[in-house]
Amino acid sequence: MRRRDLLASSAVIALIGCAAQTPESGLQFFTPEEAARVTAIANRLIPADELGPGAGEVGAARFIDRALAGAYGTSRDLYMRPPFLPGVPSQGAQSPLTPAVRYRVGLAALDAHCRAAFAGRGFVDLSGQEQDRVLADLEQGRIAITGGGRAFFDLVLRDTVAGFFADPQYGGNQGMAGWRLIGFPGARYDYRDVVARHGEPYHLPPVALA
Amino acid sequence: MTIRLKPVDAVIIGFGWSGALLAEALSGAGLTVLALERGPFRDTAQDFPPSRVADELRYAVRHDLVVKPAENTITFRNKTSQTALPVRALGSFLPGSGVGGGGVHWNGQTWRFRPSDFTLKSRALARYGKNFLAPDLTIQDWGVSYDELEPFYDRFEYLCGISGQAGNLRGARLPGGNPFEGARARPYPTPPMAMPYAPTLFADAARGVGYHPFPQPSANLSQAYTNPFGVVLGACSYCGFCERFGCGNYAKASPQTTILPILRERAQFSLRTQCTVLTIAHDGKGSKARGVTYTDDSGEVFFQPADLVILSAYTFENIRLLLLSGIGAPYDPASGKGVVGRNYSYQTTSSVALGFADKLLNPFIGAGALGMVIDDWNGDHYDHGPLGFLGGAYLAALATNSRPILNHPTPPGTPRWGAAWKRAVAKSYLRSMRILASGSSLSHRGAYCDLDPTYRDRFRRPLLRLTFDFHPNDLKMSAFATDRLAEIGRAMRPEWLVVDKREAPYSIVPYQSTHNVGGAIIGADPTTSVVNPYLQSWDLDNLFVVGASAFPQNASYNPTGTVAALALRAAEAITTRYLRAPGPLA
Repeated sequence: MRRRDLLASSAVIALIGCAAQTPESGLQFFTPEEAARVTAIANRLIPADELGPGAGEVGAARFIDRALAGAYGTSRDLYMRPPFLPGVPSQGAQSPLTPAVRYRVGLAALDAHCRAAFAGRGFVDLSGQEQDRVLADLEQGRIAITGGGRAFFDLVLRDTVAGFFADPQYGGNQGMAGWRLIGFPGARYDYRDVVARHGEPYHLPPVALA
Repeated sequence: MTIRLKPVDAVIIGFGWSGALLAEALSGAGLTVLALERGPFRDTAQDFPPSRVADELRYAVRHDLVVKPAENTITFRNKTSQTALPVRALGSFLPGSGVGGGGVHWNGQTWRFRPSDFTLKSRALARYGKNFLAPDLTIQDWGVSYDELEPFYDRFEYLCGISGQAGNLRGARLPGGNPFEGARARPYPTPPMAMPYAPTLFADAARGVGYHPFPQPSANLSQAYTNPFGVVLGACSYCGFCERFGCGNYAKASPQTTILPILRERAQFSLRTQCTVLTIAHDGKGSKARGVTYTDDSGEVFFQPADLVILSAYTFENIRLLLLSGIGAPYDPASGKGVVGRNYSYQTTSSVALGFADKLLNPFIGAGALGMVIDDWNGDHYDHGPLGFLGGAYLAALATNSRPILNHPTPPGTPRWGAAWKRAVAKSYLRSMRILASGSSLSHRGAYCDLDPTYRDRFRRPLLRLTFDFHPNDLKMSAFATDRLAEIGRAMRPEWLVVDKREAPYSIVPYQSTHNVGGAIIGADPTTSVVNPYLQSWDLDNLFVVGASAFPQNASYNPTGTVAALALRAAEAITTRYLRAPGPLA
């Protein structure tokens, strides 16, 4: 194992160690501060508008929190044996950093960046326009974060979208807001009566599993 | 310490389609049969009820029915000069794990290969001359013909109740079917599925260009069906949760919905799950396999003696178990000699995304094998001479995989996030579709599998190493097919259209298809194949290697129909010939 990987692994233990949450927060991985930052980010990635609520308002932080506390957060089901060597893009991601570590490190680094750039204000204290600018910088790789700023942005974007469109039992998409936005009927499971009714609107409201 | 178990007549490694078909045939012939499956037991009522399966996150995103890389994966590189790295998260393909294997989460596209596919090389040489083919192509004839396989294609289609429209019934052309297909003895057992809007638009446009659209042959059944074993399948409800999911309607043919109910009644059949086979024991080339060593959840290691060994795991694991067990000469890409791991090939896919301003497509209405197809640019029924490539593609519009986490199309130029993205997604979801080209993949000298020198699995065994990139022949084919596809797309008069070409290098990251084939190929010559035309090992006559690992190169079609036909033909050769006179069948 290379030194950088070793450091990253040690970081996992050190960082996960401080994740114990108070029962009243309902959080399983995030600190309340981290959850607030994720909510704020998600509300910029998929903002509230006349079409409906933002992703943060309908549970993005709760969705990601639960995912990070489980198999996804620890990369439990992935091949995580060393050595971790740099490859070419066609070989897929090669990193010992789990999503849980990426969020812990990434959210802290992003906030530190904001406090340095905006006179002590953290991400949640910024205006919507300022937040968008920070996120665009992150997306373009202009903010340095362990594991890559652009990779962290892509991770948060992917997870936010997943939460917005996943079944509400996972914590996001509350009120089936994501499904209502686009017209997806969820878990209806039976369209025999409408399959051949071409071009007609589907009128039944969405249903969720839980 | 290895625990030696009581012998059985036949042990089956892997209980997907191939394993289930062999288990039925061999136990039906009176043999004691033990199937070993690496994954868990799953069946419709307890694991795939409609109240649970419509869960995109769990199944489509987190891959619940798919092998976990932590348990087994491969390493990958594009060419020999690179260092292969592990596929840490699955992307390009999704091999199944568990009872039913990939037969649970497949989409149900059930094709026959064309007659010309089985004699690809000799036909190309005869028609185009020996200078037409690039010298590094290693394509070869199968050693088995379409006519020999036809009864077994038929048997599989009637086992499953496949829904479709015949195009060639005993040589007679039927309207509405595929005019380019090989002759079939019987029509499909059930009529085509009801067609949603998007495939209908594609078919209308294709017909307008002069092509011959027909409904995708489907293992998602258009109506309830009782198969020859008396097992009843249900009708598809067009729920949209098909590929990557189990079916809650008993409407998708799988080992569970077609074969398992009768196997469970047979005392001579048993199935052990969470059992990973480590090696196949044998006494060297020209001898017999003695049985298999496997381990289960307890960590104990068992030796299971057997008179017949059926290796019917996924392509990658078939190849790896041969290599780990020292069966057959490993392929050496430098010299071109050796057979195990040789002639790996894949699928060369591309697509075109379309959006409409005025058409409500309701893409959530879907299945796995629901759509309209044209075969006009497939195979060898047009002159490839001026085109400079061999192979082709079927072009299709399938109403499938339009669940919103992984599919929320936006017009070109839309930002990836923010208010403009949200407005675009809200407008586009119900009004967008994708059409696709599923193209052939020719085997070549630099595409192969061997054992990785560095990375190991949880049992400390070397991972399989895949070396693969698209051959220039296939990229040329794909560019041609994609251009034809885009022409149809434009004829559909969309508001916007985006062409997604297939380009080198092959990437392990985006999903393309779980059609990994070759590496333990079929053939008439033991110096260029691992198994004979009955899937019998050239080295150990009581070992049969079943699955798409037998394909010498890949046709454009989805492989399951051909995998099943080969399996059923092998099963018949075993029960009618091998059991009477054990020895080489060819």
